[in-house]
Amino acid sequence: MNALLDHGFWEPFSLTLELAIITTLFLFVLGIPLAYYLAYTKNRFISLIEAIVAMPLVLPPSVLGFYFLLMFSQDGFLGALWVKLFGHQLAFHFDGLVIGSIIFSLPFMVHPLLAGFKGVETSQIEAAYTMGKSRLVTLFRVILPSMKPSIITGGVIAFAHTVGEFGVVLMIGGNIESQTKVASIAIYNEVEALNYTTAHAYSLILFAFSFVVLWFVYLKIGKEHRGGM
Amino acid sequence: MIDISIVKKLRGAKGEFELTIDHTFDANDFWAIFGESGIGKTTLMRLIAGLETPDSGRIIVDNEIWFDSTRAINLIPQKRRIGFVFQNYALFEHMSVLENLLFAQHKHDKEKALKVLDTMGLNDLVHRRPRDLSGGQRQRVALARAIAQEPKVLLLDEPLSALDAMTRSQLQDELRRTHDQFGLLSLMVSHDRSEVFKLADRVLWIKEGKIAKTGTPSEVFIPKTLSSKFSFVGELLSLSHYDVISVATVGIGENIVEVVLSPDEAQTYHIGQEVIVAAKGYDPILLPMSH
Repeated sequence: MNALLDHGFWEPFSLTLELAIITTLFLFVLGIPLAYYLAYTKNRFISLIEAIVAMPLVLPPSVLGFYFLLMFSQDGFLGALWVKLFGHQLAFHFDGLVIGSIIFSLPFMVHPLLAGFKGVETSQIEAAYTMGKSRLVTLFRVILPSMKPSIITGGVIAFAHTVGEFGVVLMIGGNIESQTKVASIAIYNEVEALNYTTAHAYSLILFAFSFVVLWFVYLKIGKEHRGGM
Repeated sequence: MIDISIVKKLRGAKGEFELTIDHTFDANDFWAIFGESGIGKTTLMRLIAGLETPDSGRIIVDNEIWFDSTRAINLIPQKRRIGFVFQNYALFEHMSVLENLLFAQHKHDKEKALKVLDTMGLNDLVHRRPRDLSGGQRQRVALARAIAQEPKVLLLDEPLSALDAMTRSQLQDELRRTHDQFGLLSLMVSHDRSEVFKLADRVLWIKEGKIAKTGTPSEVFIPKTLSSKFSFVGELLSLSHYDVISVATVGIGENIVEVVLSPDEAQTYHIGQEVIVAAKGYDPILLPMSH
């Protein structure tokens, strides 16, 4: 039990939290314009973009992780660029985890948002246009506020999914203390070292966390439908 | 004043057809756009609002060109100064009634918004959310919101179709009053003759994509052979036969009237038919609607 008080015990969690928060914020910035475009464009190549966005849902994390590793290493185009800009490569670095997580969790953010955008009645948007409101004002004042449940779902699911991510992180992050050793990796480590008690503690915390997150989502969405919030 | 001359290809139930409208709507009139469903009435409103684009032609409002295909001018809806009341009202559910009006305004002016709500008897609902309102109240708010925009043209797309007969009749009066009070040019889509009679100064009847008739409701709907003291449009609800006479029961708005017919006359009518009840001399007579 002393392990619980140890600073090292909690570090993977704070790292996980940091990664999930940063990833989710980036995903909002990226996901909202992307889902908006997918929902309202009449481009005939739209299915192509949709397929690319959904790829992380079906690909084994190891496949994604492998290609990320190639891209993120010093010889990879993104890795080389990072070295030039920030003086370090992306692979086995926290920055690499963020970029990997953003791509890996993208569909979990975009799909609920897309459903949200499609659920907003066209007449609401047209009404705002006839009131002289620009597309941007309409987006922020009319469309987004009327799809709150989808925004909450997208944010929470993307956040939770980043917390639970394992395969991609293992491939591109390795297992570096206070850099890439997130909670899911820490569990794997403890099991390998036969420290079942610590592995148990980590697992239980993640288990409880995931449950609370999902419960919160359903509670919020339910409230919204019943007319609360 | 709207000066419109446009062509737009549409797809209807009977295949493709062209909507061809060449017409001038005078300022301050209440116009009914009348015709069967799917004939392009709503499309005409959307073309004026800029929510759809004509294939060719021009739309000029108060000497301002909103659309001109020859000069490649097509003003976006944001710049057209119209108030559009949608069939489903399109109220913003996450805003209160007052916030809906404030958002609609081109220049933020709370005093003015409150005054519009006051004029339309919506004082008690100012801070309510749309979802807590009845159908009739929602319709009133939608109208108030369109008025708050201070539009050049008020476009109403079957604004009362979702309401029960009682509320509908009440709101028809209010709609007309609001139109007069704010001195607007209003265009309303409707396929209800009694509503058109009650509300509109003039009717634009569209048939097969073209203007079939224009004029006052009585000019357009009542057969020329009839010069009556009064006339109402209604629906034939039942025909009863007694010894030597027949009695037609006609529903006109909220009211029911009975008209005596000869059995021969009665045979020419069928239940559900749209008819005119008119008085010539003393006794009311029944006439079939012209189509």
